[in-house]
Amino acid sequence: MPQTPFTALTAAGVPLDSANVDTDQVIPARFLKYPRSDTSWTFLFHDLRLRPDGSENPDFILSNEPYKSKGRILVADRNFGCGSSRESAVYALQDWGFRAVIAPSFGDIFFNNSFKNGFLPIRLRTEVCNALRQDLHDAPGAEIAIDVEAQTVTGPDGVAHSFELDDFRKYCLTRGLDDIDFTLEQTRKIDAFERDNRPSWLGHNA
Amino acid sequence: MPQTQFEKIWDAHVIESRPDGQTLLYVDRHLLHEGSFHGFEYLDQRDMPVRRPGQSFAVADHYIPTTSRNLADTEDDVARSLITRLEANAAKHGVSHFGIDSESQGIVHVIGPEQGITLPGLLIVCGDSHTATHGALGAYAFGIGASEVTHVLATQTLWQMKPKAMRISVDGARPAGVTGKDVILAIIAQISAAGATGHAVEFAGSLIRDLSMEERMTVCNMTIEAGGRAGMIAPDEKTFAYIKGRRYAPDGEDWDKALAAWLALPSDEGAVFDAEVTLDGTAIRPMLTWGTSPEQAAALADTVPDPANAPNAEKAEEWRDALDYIGLTAGQHFRDVAVDKVFIGSCTNSRIEDLRAAAAVLKGRQVQVKQALVSPGSFLVKKQAEAEGLDRIFKEAGFEWRESGCSMCVGMNGDLAERGERVASTSNRNFRGRQGQGVRTHLVSPASAAAAAITGHFADPRDFA
Ligand code: SF4
Repeated sequence: MPQTPFTALTAAGVPLDSANVDTDQVIPARFLKYPRSDTSWTFLFHDLRLRPDGSENPDFILSNEPYKSKGRILVADRNFGCGSSRESAVYALQDWGFRAVIAPSFGDIFFNNSFKNGFLPIRLRTEVCNALRQDLHDAPGAEIAIDVEAQTVTGPDGVAHSFELDDFRKYCLTRGLDDIDFTLEQTRKIDAFERDNRPSWLGHNA
Repeated sequence: MPQTQFEKIWDAHVIESRPDGQTLLYVDRHLLHEGSFHGFEYLDQRDMPVRRPGQSFAVADHYIPTTSRNLADTEDDVARSLITRLEANAAKHGVSHFGIDSESQGIVHVIGPEQGITLPGLLIVCGDSHTATHGALGAYAFGIGASEVTHVLATQTLWQMKPKAMRISVDGARPAGVTGKDVILAIIAQISAAGATGHAVEFAGSLIRDLSMEERMTVCNMTIEAGGRAGMIAPDEKTFAYIKGRRYAPDGEDWDKALAAWLALPSDEGAVFDAEVTLDGTAIRPMLTWGTSPEQAAALADTVPDPANAPNAEKAEEWRDALDYIGLTAGQHFRDVAVDKVFIGSCTNSRIEDLRAAAAVLKGRQVQVKQALVSPGSFLVKKQAEAEGLDRIFKEAGFEWRESGCSMCVGMNGDLAERGERVASTSNRNFRGRQGQGVRTHLVSPASAAAAAITGHFADPRDFA
């Protein structure tokens, strides 16, 4: 879907300390059947954020202010978003208000899904992520600055760290573009591929 | 230049490569389940057709009830509407659909190979992370997200960055009682839940070649639990024998042409992988997971590990957290841990050989747990099991003999355990809450699940062979 262009953002960070936070934690499976709506944000980290009786679990970072209302950038630990391919994990983060997540590593499918929705996953070294999370614990509400064009993340300490971002994703992200439109412009190449490159034994089933 | 199997398949599907590495790949076959509603909605909003409906196959598995083949038994109206929408979307766009009452119905990753949709050398995608399963036949198959599903429906292509290639070799004679499930759990325990991130994995070595086709599917299925983008195994005589005669497989002259192409697929001698991992197959024992990540796995004959012995402080903290959730204490023998429920099913372990292995343990014995449930992976698996009389063994032992579906692998169709309950499960994810809020999941092989069912605690299946 076409997105709001994402060029830069300065906002409060939220430190999430566990490794291997899978997409079942980001949004439990029982919520996947609902279409995206005004209330989808309530699904985010549902079973971590809320106790079985529905009350807020104060031990979970996102239940606490100022993280709860001001956090727009999540800083996580290694292998964030591993597990299920559910794109709703990205929707839930966005619908809550997050626009980016920083971690040492990500689940591959989550990483891809993020870009498709104008949501930015940023890989930074483990030590940098650890230090950022520490800063955010020490000064709740502290801000992180992301510059997509320059490909940098600047922590509360003012130190800038660069991150990798391929040109295509950057192009789509900064313009809010949908890659389906882009691909449809290549239709002639796809036609040619289908004509010349498909194995004959597949019996080209149209 | 010698090439890996992965590179050969990748190269054969490149339509266009951009300087930044983004590559437009052609998709041979696309599998759809109920979660595809986002994609069809997008097409409808823009009044777009499915580019190649003949290359898409739709089946309902995640939300369907396993208590009957009646949609009235679906958990609720929202879930039911997803099942009926899949059928309506498939009909509208001319996509083959295997409905709840069809003989071709089953879990998407079980029916792909079963119907001959999955073939060596093909590029196969599905909006589901366990799509790697299909790599067992020598395909390059990977899970995609909802936006990518939409992209494939609209264009029959995908933009991808080329993953790196990893080879995991397991050599040595397979110890008695060790199954494909134990092999993959041992691999993940060694390389970690992120050990294969960013890689297309090829499983190789004498022990892998020794696995049956269905066991190879189990191994490839869980590649994603090691972070891998795809898992694959070189096609061989076993693969060809498995495929021949299946519904969507080539036949006649096409079969001969296909076979010639498939024989050229395996990685060339001297092909270079970006990463190599080796495991001593002779050291693998029947396994279980003891924590909340698939990497937290150990041999059933051992004891609960002590966080004090974790490789580093960070892991120690993770282990403590996991043990806290799962309710186990360091040093406890797994055989002393009581199990509440047993689930045999899922795209990992619900095929006919899985049911045979479980039935061999159950025969003449009685279930000692609160609930034991078996959901065959497809209609045809169920039918075959019934023809062999396996259903009677399960039922006589006290198992519920259900219909096919994702069932208790994932908490979205009504088959759930309850808070605090401990489940021995043949599925692939032991994440917190995966089988219901607060449920403690332990991943095991079908034989080990059966052993837990008849003893009421974890047990080494080799004692019941
Ligand atoms: S059985 Fe489980 S893992 Fe497999 S497709 Fe269904 S929900 Fe996913």
